[in-house]
Amino acid sequence: MSDVIWVNAEIIDEKITPTTLEMLTKAAEIGKAEAVLLGPAPEDATQTLATFGAGKIYRCADAVYRDYLTLPAAETLAGLIEKHKPAVMLFASSYAGRDLAANLSARFDCGAITDVGDFQLKDGSVEATIPALGGSYQVTATLVNPGTKLLIVRPKSFDAKASEQPLAVEEVSAPSGDVLKKIHVKERVAVKREGPQLEGAKTIVSGGRGLKGEEHFSLLKDLAELLGGAVGATRAAVDAGWVPYAMQIGQTGKTVKPDLYIACGISGAVQHLSGMKTSKVIISINKDAEAPIFQYSDFGVVGDLFKVIPQLIAELKARKGA
Amino acid sequence: MVRKGVAHELDPAAASAVEEGLRLTEKHGGTVTLVTMGISDATIGIRNALAMGATSAVHILDDSVAGSDTLGTAKVLAAAIKKQPFDLVICATESSDSYSGIVHGQVAQLLAIPALTFAKEIAVDGNKISIHRQSESGYDVVEATLPALVAVSSGINEPRYPQLKGIMAAKKKEIKVYTAADLGLGADQVGEKGAREKILTVGRPPKRQAGKVVTDEGEGGKQIADFLAEIKVI
Repeated sequence: MSDVIWVNAEIIDEKITPTTLEMLTKAAEIGKAEAVLLGPAPEDATQTLATFGAGKIYRCADAVYRDYLTLPAAETLAGLIEKHKPAVMLFASSYAGRDLAANLSARFDCGAITDVGDFQLKDGSVEATIPALGGSYQVTATLVNPGTKLLIVRPKSFDAKASEQPLAVEEVSAPSGDVLKKIHVKERVAVKREGPQLEGAKTIVSGGRGLKGEEHFSLLKDLAELLGGAVGATRAAVDAGWVPYAMQIGQTGKTVKPDLYIACGISGAVQHLSGMKTSKVIISINKDAEAPIFQYSDFGVVGDLFKVIPQLIAELKARKGA
Repeated sequence: MVRKGVAHELDPAAASAVEEGLRLTEKHGGTVTLVTMGISDATIGIRNALAMGATSAVHILDDSVAGSDTLGTAKVLAAAIKKQPFDLVICATESSDSYSGIVHGQVAQLLAIPALTFAKEIAVDGNKISIHRQSESGYDVVEATLPALVAVSSGINEPRYPQLKGIMAAKKKEIKVYTAADLGLGADQVGEKGAREKILTVGRPPKRQAGKVVTDEGEGGKQIADFLAEIKVI
């Protein structure tokens, strides 16, 4: 088997996504990394991909990939995969990445491994490591069909590191045919988000069901502000309508890896743990001493968060003033 | 209208998909057929969806489909869906017990219909379907022509509770049962043998060292501040 590993490069908000660069770094470490970049992108995008290890970049800037979801990109990728037969193709566990990998895995009848946290090339195939049940189990899996193996990779699984490659771009042509234009993106709406963002935050203060209501999130905001951090939430808090989805951390939300994570009124359901358990330091406050979150915490307080957090805030203010 | 759900009880994500189907048929007419693959206990979940108001159900009940990977599951669902006419397939984005989130995309490809995924709002107008699709920075307004598949995000709606009348009516509703063979799927396609994805090992990852847990006796907040000072955050 060749050791060529392709990465589906994604652009979000005019930038190559961090997960793209993380996957490239890993690919370059264990094989020959190459990238496919489809759709409009900033001018320096190909250079960025080369900087993070892409020895070759297949590129088409046609707007069809931006204006019509999944099908044009899947068509181009299918053609490229058949022609060049890379050993592995990596997709980010993002909205676009999952749709593309799903389409290709059915098209090639080859399946795909989802939720991949790490992988190696092994015995002519691939061995992927999947953190299961919020990381309390670790599963390894492989794909048995011949041909390119499709992996869907969790964000933050690898650290992105530069490993300069000379810029080598191969232009590819856009597919034609109205049959590929079935899923039309009519409009992109940016929802304004307030306060510091979870992505890249060094400190995150996060709230769950124990917050009991929307109004109490201001308590977390005050604490986060004092620590220079951002506020996150569990799916329970988001589903209850207390905070927007953009704040959701966990399996169906964001994966974060801050230096400090403060879990408030969060029991530690596996779905939430999988999105934050690799944080460097975890502090938790929960009234239930049996809450699983304590098993993952460096420091835990069993108590009423409505008493503990105000005291912590007062204490931080006092010590700052001192 | 068709939708899929797994698990013994109706999965909350699946309940949202059923609810969305019911709302659309209440507005535009038509019927909701539940399609599910699962063990015989799944009947509980199916009756629950029928009690909510779904018209009928299709249950793929067959030991030979046990151990299917995502693609095997998608093949079963797609084959079952194909057996009746439909305008729209509604799926949950991710079931609560498995988070792969690609089965719906595979089903759509196998049915050769467009997949509108991560929907947090759905509107149907004639043969057009338009959704608000979650995006990293907000949402996209995405449109397609029916027939299509839509995967709904959790929290898209508040699923209704079955009422007594619905529960009584559900007892008389039809549940069609199929095997993989009924759907023309052999052991090379579904079940553990047909899986493209093979599990090699299941183990425990290196455990994170659990830290100190204290009970708040009026000093909890201060103790956290002390800990933060200890690790030099403040």
